[in-house]
Amino acid sequence: MLAIEATDVTKIYRRYGRRHHFATLKSALLTGSLIRDLRAEERFAAVDNVSFSVRAGTTFGIVGRNGSGKSTMLKLVAGITKPTRGSVTVTGRISALIELGAGFHPEISGRENVFINGIMLGLSKREIMRRFDEIVEFAEVRDFIDAPVKTYSSGMYVRLGFAVAIHVDPDVLLVDEVLAVGDQSFTHKCLDKFAEFKRRGKTILLVTHSLELVERFCDEALWLDAGRIRATGDPRRVVGAYITDVAKSEERQLAADDAKARGEAVRAEESGASAEAPGEQPAEPPEVPPDMFKAGEGRWGSREAEITAVEIVGEDGVPGHVFHAGDRVSVRVRFAAREVVSDFVFGIGLFNAEGVCCYGTNTEIEGFEAERLEGEGEAVFTIEHLDLVDGTYKVDVAIHRRDGYPYDYHRLLHSFRVKSPAKDVGIYRPRHSWRFSPEAKLSVARKDPGESPD
Amino acid sequence: MFRNLAQLVRYRGLIQSLVARELKARYRGSVLGFFWSFINPLLLLLIYSFVFTVVLPNRPADLEPFALFMFCGILPWTWFSSSLLEASNVLISGGNLIKKVLFPAEVLPIVTVLANLVHFLLGLPILVGFLVYYQRPLSPLELACFPLVVLVQLILTLGLALIVSALTVHFRDIRDILSNLMTLWFFSTPIIYPMSMLPPRGRQVLNLNPFTHLAVSYQEILFYPGPFGHWKWLLATGLAATGLFLAGYFLFDRLRDSFAEEV
Repeated sequence: MLAIEATDVTKIYRRYGRRHHFATLKSALLTGSLIRDLRAEERFAAVDNVSFSVRAGTTFGIVGRNGSGKSTMLKLVAGITKPTRGSVTVTGRISALIELGAGFHPEISGRENVFINGIMLGLSKREIMRRFDEIVEFAEVRDFIDAPVKTYSSGMYVRLGFAVAIHVDPDVLLVDEVLAVGDQSFTHKCLDKFAEFKRRGKTILLVTHSLELVERFCDEALWLDAGRIRATGDPRRVVGAYITDVAKSEERQLAADDAKARGEAVRAEESGASAEAPGEQPAEPPEVPPDMFKAGEGRWGSREAEITAVEIVGEDGVPGHVFHAGDRVSVRVRFAAREVVSDFVFGIGLFNAEGVCCYGTNTEIEGFEAERLEGEGEAVFTIEHLDLVDGTYKVDVAIHRRDGYPYDYHRLLHSFRVKSPAKDVGIYRPRHSWRFSPEAKLSVARKDPGESPD
Repeated sequence: MFRNLAQLVRYRGLIQSLVARELKARYRGSVLGFFWSFINPLLLLLIYSFVFTVVLPNRPADLEPFALFMFCGILPWTWFSSSLLEASNVLISGGNLIKKVLFPAEVLPIVTVLANLVHFLLGLPILVGFLVYYQRPLSPLELACFPLVVLVQLILTLGLALIVSALTVHFRDIRDILSNLMTLWFFSTPIIYPMSMLPPRGRQVLNLNPFTHLAVSYQEILFYPGPFGHWKWLLATGLAATGLFLAGYFLFDRLRDSFAEEV
């Protein structure tokens, strides 16, 4: 039996035109555009020809980026908005956890609000009376239930809203990213409640950014992208495809950012150089920051030897910006020496998003003796095992003299992202393992979602 | 449309508790609480009495006591005008409900009108007190018509509230226009002057104003001695009000789907 069936659902929203903003009743009547203004000129489809069905008793997850139409889809299922085309059929009582406590009135007590909210959600007074204690217990607001809700903390407010909505005892529960609120213990309570719903054979439609939740809870998943279905079916497969796509777009984003940073560095350098006597190579580069580690991004140096390109390449040898923790990653530095240089050092620095230096080294520190540098070539710095936690990192690349005089210094101009399924903290992830004596009994709670099948 | 209208009956529990909430919330935090429902009309009456007995004391003799005459019109007018003014804002301020909860939007303007009806009813004891004080002659037959007048006014107010609330979502200007329009309407209704003061031409114009017939009905029942001669006009107004209500509900129903997107 199907609990939710959406057939060719399209929802078209109107983009607000400038004209519409200033439309008044008077002008609408005067120009006779009353009807025309109520029609849209510019439209976009928030949900575009989406069909899916959810069997009763299953949990269905919708994932997708911000603005992909997830919440609109949920509102369509809830019946809050009507589809422009197509149809949505839901069998059974619905409760929507979209905005918790949306109907609360700040001036009256929690107790009264529970009743009114319950009635709004379709309960009778008697039903609420029966569940009242359970609701208050669940929301953990026993001591404040007779105080006006305007005195509640935002957490209490949301908990009470959640408690009422979940005690409506729906056949179909619609959840929109509500687990982001509340502390850890409340989140666990909510998850337990969902699990209980599942056990009792209720249907849950879940919209969330928590991919882990989708993999753990859902029987089926749907990936929406710009209002269209990109994938549907087994949650692990869908989430895997989604993660891959997100990585790709982050890749593009980082590449664009890098290009922009380099462009700005070049412009800054050019304007700096033109202030000096043009055509003449300054003996000392104009603006070398006194403390390199504290300097902002930029590029400076005398350019006897120049860094012409920096690529960060993964195991496949293809330049990229997104890598997985544990990958073999190389920084490929292409150089061009204008003249023969005998005093030179290649340097590399890794910084995290907060600007903390994670690692820095150069050829001199590591005992290489510089002999000669001429023509064009490349130097490759390889990290055998990328032991960093999830996050964005920036790279310094430089060629300089042993005394620090820079030929070409790229400060924070190159970045890459490390993806890691585990949400461990810090900067450095040593390769590690756990071992337990028999007294400590543990089992693997979840498989590594990073290793998702394609 | 009629299916939706029938559904409203199912929501009576909701409407009931929302009206109760509205009333509770309004006076929460004030010292006098519910007494404001009595005191407000009383104060209004005092102001008008002062203005029209001390400042502008020229009136025909059959309008004594003048304060009572005015009160018969002002009390229902207050219900009418505050309902419409509040209704113009109710969908926008209740936007959260419409956007995030599956909620029948027409409940909101209806609750506004009903909550103001309760205020009106709470003001009646003041009126009764005055009637007793001045020992006005009241006939039971006429008083029996009183609920009918209230009913006609309720239907008229509901119809207009639905129209105003639905249109304001699309044209926010209505909120600003409305308060001025209500002032104009107030002075175009025989509330602070009697119908008999007008030339025949003026009376014809005022007869087009539905609230004229409500005000005159209240006055005939409560103030003037003699039979309730205005009942034909009242029935006609009742029919027109019903038509307006249906038209208002139709409009509201047509615009319903746009609310969640526009508020």
